[in-house]
Amino acid sequence: MAIYGVAILAGCFVVGMFFGEIIGTIMGVDSNVGGVGIAMLLLIVVVDKLQKKGMLSMPAQSGLAFWNAMYIPIVIAMAASQNVLGALTGGPLAIIAGVAAVVISWTVVPLLSGKKARESAVEFNQSHPLKTQEVK
Amino acid sequence: MFLEAITNVLEGNGLITGFVIVGVTMYVAYLISGKLTRGIVHGSAIAIVLGLVLAYFGGVYTEGTKGLADVSLFAGIGLLGGSMLRDFAIVATSFGANFDEIKKAGARGVSSLFIGVGLSFVVGVLIALLFGYNDAVSLTTIGAGAVTYIVGPITGAALNASSEVIAISIAAGLIKSVLVMVGTPFVAKYIGLDNPLSAMVYGGLMGTTSGVTGGLAATDVRLVPYGAVTATFYTGLGCLLCPTLLYILTGLVW
Repeated sequence: MAIYGVAILAGCFVVGMFFGEIIGTIMGVDSNVGGVGIAMLLLIVVVDKLQKKGMLSMPAQSGLAFWNAMYIPIVIAMAASQNVLGALTGGPLAIIAGVAAVVISWTVVPLLSGKKARESAVEFNQSHPLKTQEVK
Repeated sequence: MFLEAITNVLEGNGLITGFVIVGVTMYVAYLISGKLTRGIVHGSAIAIVLGLVLAYFGGVYTEGTKGLADVSLFAGIGLLGGSMLRDFAIVATSFGANFDEIKKAGARGVSSLFIGVGLSFVVGVLIALLFGYNDAVSLTTIGAGAVTYIVGPITGAALNASSEVIAISIAAGLIKSVLVMVGTPFVAKYIGLDNPLSAMVYGGLMGTTSGVTGGLAATDVRLVPYGAVTATFYTGLGCLLCPTLLYILTGLVW
């Protein structure tokens, strides 16, 4: 059943967020630290285990796939609820600081990811072919 | 009578109305992508820009902080694009991600987090200096804003910064988030953003979860989970480092 997939996803989400809260409290930070990241790693491991045991039925997978596919629409809703006006009216200091931080960070990406990344791109494209139909 | 009926239906069913609005926006965006740019600019990149434009007008119309979601008819957009569903869908993107890829980039991903927070902070501090700020509290708060728009106000509140400085730090973080969202697909080619390893480094360096995951979605949706897995640690790390270690270091210099 589709709800099984959604429940697995939601279960991993809740557990990850829980650990994020705990880490935040231990670090003395008033925010959830890495809850989403932990939930993602957990989901990858859980789904892998279940798939190997053949315990993840097609309908259950469709429950996961649906929320996976809803990601882009949700990002667009997120974009539509950003404080764009606030960003643009923050004055020249805010605009220059924001732009400079982004542009300088961009230039560091290739330095940090290095040659190894280039090689893995070829491998990645072979093992994960682009599904253009799916996007549309 | 008709107008009231429409208002009641749209306001009373906000989330569902949100699905309609986003669906229509995406349809228009993919039409523009296909017909006007012949698919060169990705449909979701155009959709994100359309979303930001709508958010701008929503802000102008209501003078609120949540873009289009502040217009009562479209409040559901805020629910659909709010942090709960966003984080839920981000976790869902890891369905299909490869754990080995994440392990391979582990060390680089972690180091990119520290470099990312430090770099954005230093850049923010230097720009604030150029604009004449010279006290450690203001410099740290504006530097923290260049990290993300969440770290800025948290740091400012912890250090008792003035509300003017906190507002600047939030705005700097918002600019960062919006620019990463819109700019990522255009710079992707030049910075080698076409594989999981560099996507993880990207998430760690940029850090703004909304910017990174939105930008990667518009570049290559397969990369989203890898960027997200590092980016979601960034804000926490920033909240930890900015009001403490980075503030002390800033205080030593100024």
